[in-house]
Amino acid sequence: MPRIKDIKKVLVIGSGPIVIGQAAEFDYAGTQACRSLKEEGVEVVLLNSNPATIMTDKDIADRVYIEPLTVEVVEQLIKKEKPDSVLPTLGGQAALNLAMELEEAGFLKENNVRLIGTTSETIKKAEDRLEFKKTMEKIGEPCAASLVVENVEDGVQFAESIGYPVVLRPAYTLGGSGGGIAHDRVQLVEILENGLRLSRVGQVLVERCIAGWKEIEYEVMRDSNGNCITVCNMENIDPVGVHTGDSIVVAPSQTLGDKEYQMLRTSALNIISELNITGGCNVQYALHPDTFEYCVIEVNPRVSRSSALASKATGYPIAKVAAKIALGYTLDEIKNAVTKKTYASFEPMLDYCVVKIPRLPFDKFISAKRTLTTQMKATGEVMSICDNFEGALMKAIRSLEQHVDSLMSYDYSYLTGEELLEVLKVVDDRRIWKIAEAIRQGISYDEIHRVTKIDKWFIDKIAHLVEIELQMKRSALDEDLLREAKRMEFPDNVIAEITGHTEREIHDMRHQYGITAAYKMVDTCAAEFAAETPYYYSVYGSENEVTETNDRKKVLVLGSGPIRIGQGIEFDFCSVHCTWAFAKEGYETIIVNNNPETVSTDFDIADKLYFEPLTPEDVESIVDLEKPDGAVVQFGGQTAIKLTESLMKMGVPILGTSAENVDAAEDRELFDEILEKCEIPRPTGGTVFTAEEAKEVANRLGYPVLVRPSYVLGGQGMQIAIDDHDVDEFIGIINRIAQDHPILVDKYLQGKEIEVDAVCDGEDILIPGIMEHIERAGIHSGDSISVYPAKSITEKTKKTIEEYTKRLAQSLHVIGLINIQFIVCGEDVYVIEVNPRSSRTVPYISKVTGIPIVPLASKVIMGHKIKDLGYTPGLQPEADYFAVKMPVFSFEKIRDADISLGPEMKSTGECLGIAKTFDEALYKAFLGAGIKLPKFKNMIMTVKDEDKEEAVEIGRRFAEIGYKIFATAGTAETLKNAGVKAIAVNKIEQESPNLMDLILGHKIDLVIDTPPQGVEHSKDGFVIRRSAIETGVNVLTAIDTAKALITSLENTDIKKLTLIDIAKL
Amino acid sequence: MKAFLILEDGTVFTGTSIGSTKDVISEIVFNTSMTGYLEVLTDPSYAGQAVVMTYPLIGNYGITPDMESKKAWPDGYIVRELSRIPSNFRSEGTIQDFLKEQDIPGIAGIDTRALTKILREKGTMNGMITTNENYNVDEIVPKLKEYRVGDVVTVTTCLEKEVLPGDGPKVALMDFGAKNNIARSLNSRGCEVTIYPAHTSAEEIIESHPDGIMLSNGPGDPETNVSIIKEIKKLSETDIPIFAICLGHQLMALAHGAKTYKLKYGHRGGNHPVKDLSNNRVYISSQNHGYAVDASTVDADVAKEAFVNVNDGTNEGLAYIGKNIFTVQFHPEACPGPQDSGYLFDRFIDMMNNREEK
Repeated sequence: MPRIKDIKKVLVIGSGPIVIGQAAEFDYAGTQACRSLKEEGVEVVLLNSNPATIMTDKDIADRVYIEPLTVEVVEQLIKKEKPDSVLPTLGGQAALNLAMELEEAGFLKENNVRLIGTTSETIKKAEDRLEFKKTMEKIGEPCAASLVVENVEDGVQFAESIGYPVVLRPAYTLGGSGGGIAHDRVQLVEILENGLRLSRVGQVLVERCIAGWKEIEYEVMRDSNGNCITVCNMENIDPVGVHTGDSIVVAPSQTLGDKEYQMLRTSALNIISELNITGGCNVQYALHPDTFEYCVIEVNPRVSRSSALASKATGYPIAKVAAKIALGYTLDEIKNAVTKKTYASFEPMLDYCVVKIPRLPFDKFISAKRTLTTQMKATGEVMSICDNFEGALMKAIRSLEQHVDSLMSYDYSYLTGEELLEVLKVVDDRRIWKIAEAIRQGISYDEIHRVTKIDKWFIDKIAHLVEIELQMKRSALDEDLLREAKRMEFPDNVIAEITGHTEREIHDMRHQYGITAAYKMVDTCAAEFAAETPYYYSVYGSENEVTETNDRKKVLVLGSGPIRIGQGIEFDFCSVHCTWAFAKEGYETIIVNNNPETVSTDFDIADKLYFEPLTPEDVESIVDLEKPDGAVVQFGGQTAIKLTESLMKMGVPILGTSAENVDAAEDRELFDEILEKCEIPRPTGGTVFTAEEAKEVANRLGYPVLVRPSYVLGGQGMQIAIDDHDVDEFIGIINRIAQDHPILVDKYLQGKEIEVDAVCDGEDILIPGIMEHIERAGIHSGDSISVYPAKSITEKTKKTIEEYTKRLAQSLHVIGLINIQFIVCGEDVYVIEVNPRSSRTVPYISKVTGIPIVPLASKVIMGHKIKDLGYTPGLQPEADYFAVKMPVFSFEKIRDADISLGPEMKSTGECLGIAKTFDEALYKAFLGAGIKLPKFKNMIMTVKDEDKEEAVEIGRRFAEIGYKIFATAGTAETLKNAGVKAIAVNKIEQESPNLMDLILGHKIDLVIDTPPQGVEHSKDGFVIRRSAIETGVNVLTAIDTAKALITSLENTDIKKLTLIDIAKL
Repeated sequence: MKAFLILEDGTVFTGTSIGSTKDVISEIVFNTSMTGYLEVLTDPSYAGQAVVMTYPLIGNYGITPDMESKKAWPDGYIVRELSRIPSNFRSEGTIQDFLKEQDIPGIAGIDTRALTKILREKGTMNGMITTNENYNVDEIVPKLKEYRVGDVVTVTTCLEKEVLPGDGPKVALMDFGAKNNIARSLNSRGCEVTIYPAHTSAEEIIESHPDGIMLSNGPGDPETNVSIIKEIKKLSETDIPIFAICLGHQLMALAHGAKTYKLKYGHRGGNHPVKDLSNNRVYISSQNHGYAVDASTVDADVAKEAFVNVNDGTNEGLAYIGKNIFTVQFHPEACPGPQDSGYLFDRFIDMMNNREEK
């Protein structure tokens, strides 16, 4: 069927801020789909509150609205832009839910807008637990015995009729929020109460527990003519019970025979046919390990994290094809973008093995439980490709950048066999390392399988890696053994460590024997057809098939690896724009990255894509082959920066700011010299290695002090210490991992935090704008609300900032981007941090100023001068509107994570509010972050002593807009003394009614809880904050954030927001 | 033990011997299925050929009861890696042992993707698998060039007829090297299936008064089956409904004056899109054929194209005009591969039932 002609203008809804369970995969899918729509001449109107995305670029969509994803906003936008269609299947659950609400309210019909890509009936049948079950029963597809309940009593009754354990899944939530496995009545009641609250429709599915079954997923596509294909199937190494987002996943399935494979494939096609899906869909199955019995777990009638993974695993661009299908095309009319010969109506065949490992945030949330459940916790993931499973696993492990590079990276050798079997029962992110140790200790496959339920095929693969490791330990390393170890992707440094050689010796031995990496192409068809996609992965022991290209200058762009707190999607934005900028100037571009969720790993972004770990060895193999003219490291976050030194040793010129100058910004002494030379003040401090040295420095400076390791991103390990005790503790935490670089101890200054991103060509600088943080210094810049233009500093201060930026950029010889953070106390400006590279704020400031700073920086790196690029150097004129960047957190997903903000970054994403007035921009930003108030007009305040004065003012203002304030004794007294009405409530350890009852009573809009500084947080406060977060109550832990919130609430009406098309800025 | 694969063009791959250690010369073809290695091994259509599996990890789920015939047929087996252990609840043994029992020589540990690319670029060619380290390429290549697959239908067909009882229509299944699942697909739909050796005369079939005739798949060059083609012509002149798969499809076309030709490297795998031209629906099919019917040689008054391959436009099926005959190049019986076109067996049964009503 050809394209439907009357689809001319389409509203695409994005997925909003990055949160656990909804991450960069939707930027990848959305960007691909928007490009696919534009290719067809469709005018694309884009709505997404996330400014760090590529999809919100004006090159990607025609009209771009970075506005909150609420029903009110979409309605207003539809009235303003009058699209003829809405495509809701690209923005994850967020977009799908919005579309459903609009459809159910009849709004779309009234405004003659149709849903394309899916119908509301389809969404309902797939997403509504009851409807879904009915549909599956109708076509004879088995689901686990289950009941949808709307109250706790029914849940208990049903659970007791089918027997514990039971799985609980709230309807319409993302990443399995609020779900879990209950082993008894107490657990059931707890999880169920919570799940009912979090579900948009107050429904929770109580289900027979099929934990331990194999978890298998199918990615399927269907068009309006009823043609169906499966793109890929995937097998979770972790059996049912661990969220698929937290599982190690392999593609294609490894332990299924053709019988099982086809049985589930046929089932998946029957399901999408019955649901009448047009586009992509994901079907999850539980397969009994010892029979053909299976259950359908879930269906997602949209692109998803799994579809992004399937696209990258196979080369089949699911989102692109889904967009074409939405326009009416059938699969046999859409060209296979990889082979350019065949069509989209085929099934990819892999001749390699793909492994995905989740990136879990336990390095950020030290107090959090590492156990993995049906509630997703991963912030990102890595993928690797190899022609054998062991190699794919090894490559994925070292891609994680979590100080792991083999199955020896966590030491469990101190455990006895019995103890090992005990710890194997705990399902957490270190399970494969425990299995490896169990094998070293001679525990049988059967025993390991009995405890973990992991298929013996996977256990054998782990065992194979252990055997190679032991062989290398026991016998001399000869050519054959080295060859085999490399085929299994043991990195040189690990081989060196095992065999007692140096890494260099192993490297040389390899080259002497001719053992080098070869590259194979991902071509969707197992080499059956010649393909044109320059999408490669490495293998050892095979023939190289990358063709040499030397006709143009060649640039290597290093990506930023898995999404983690502190290094998110913004660096992918930068990498992609840098690649495009170099391509525009005629360079051949090569991207190296290992994150399957991102735009940068889409095969048509760069001239060549190497899907590889970002370690020096892996990059060197690529460099040996490609011999690039230069590498760009300043756009790929810390991951790329860390490779600078190695690249230079390989003889690859670093384009842009040189490595010595990057070092100068990080090296405390060098940097102090530069500051002195530039006459720029900074908070006093020193470098230390031990706690003793740290305490000495701290006492010299006077507490509070800031303690942090150098060369880190996202403030990892950074803490504010108020006494010697804190210092001891923090240094201890930092030194758990051996530090190559000293630890920094600085005087902590409390002032306004100001941030600047600038482009420098070696002489001139260009500052698109100055950003001011709402929260005072001490809260990580990534967790602070950032306002552009800075509104509370004087013109004189701005001049000082411009001048300091210029001096710093010049003396660091910056060519490209620089990010500087200042503290302003009165008129005094101090520099607290300089990063001669791109930063988190780059996409945001680019979009709100309309100045494309990544392309500009790239051009400067290529040798252009700012003056020649059409810009007047210096600080650019301020915009006549305000833009507020709001951090977004995923605390509800991580059990036991402390949510209080500090110097260590904790947010997973961000959203933007942009408006003519500051108050409206702020309001939109809060709205975008999901803080939609007021609801019940009840709030709780419990603040530390230093904040009490300011709390009075905030309390008064909340009271004035009708809030009833509950407060702990001290705070209540302060409020009452100042004439603000407040109700004192008992602390949680005191008798009922106490704070906990209030929170659990679900009538609370907001908790303002500012914990005292230092790590000795009261246990009480921790429990309050966790309970609030887990019951879906908004919690603010900084007094400045609270002040901003009340300001926005006082002055803004949700009905009267003005929407701004940033493509026109 | 080392093993070597020597191709007609002089290329040599060195790997590890698997299965039997005897030397074999055969036609080398590749199959892209990611599962179903056992079905591939026991598919009689591979008689006279050595199969390269493009999926690198083979043997993961061991040997299960999923046999498509009583024994393994390929002359040789070429893989990247065999699984060290099988893991599946139905596994009865390892593929290593199976290959030995079946006396099939093979080679593992070679770059199967590089080999596949050679076959794709230069076309299917002959090769030798040997464990003799002192091989002489110059002596072997001429022998390779001489090799012809030969009359493999006679080798693969059953020796005596066999009846699978059923209450439904009676089907005469001509076994040219049939996969078990053709009979199973009919039998499970209630048909009584009588399996006949390939050289059974048309008269014998017609005299048994079947409700329908099924022509099976099979190995080799279709044109070499001269006598069988004559019998098929006779069968087609009755009004008994006929459904044909793969080789059967080609033989029926040859019986009606059309031509077949050898594809450059064939279609072998479980991902081939075929379009039903009656409704433009695309089905993903299981395929295993090195020859195809040249649609341009089909007399427009005799048959029209019913299915076409979406990838390369080759013929995938014919509907005979004015006749109860339809034939497909692909494998609706799946095993291995997608079950999407299983509905064709229902269509065949409907044809038989409609004829009875008339």
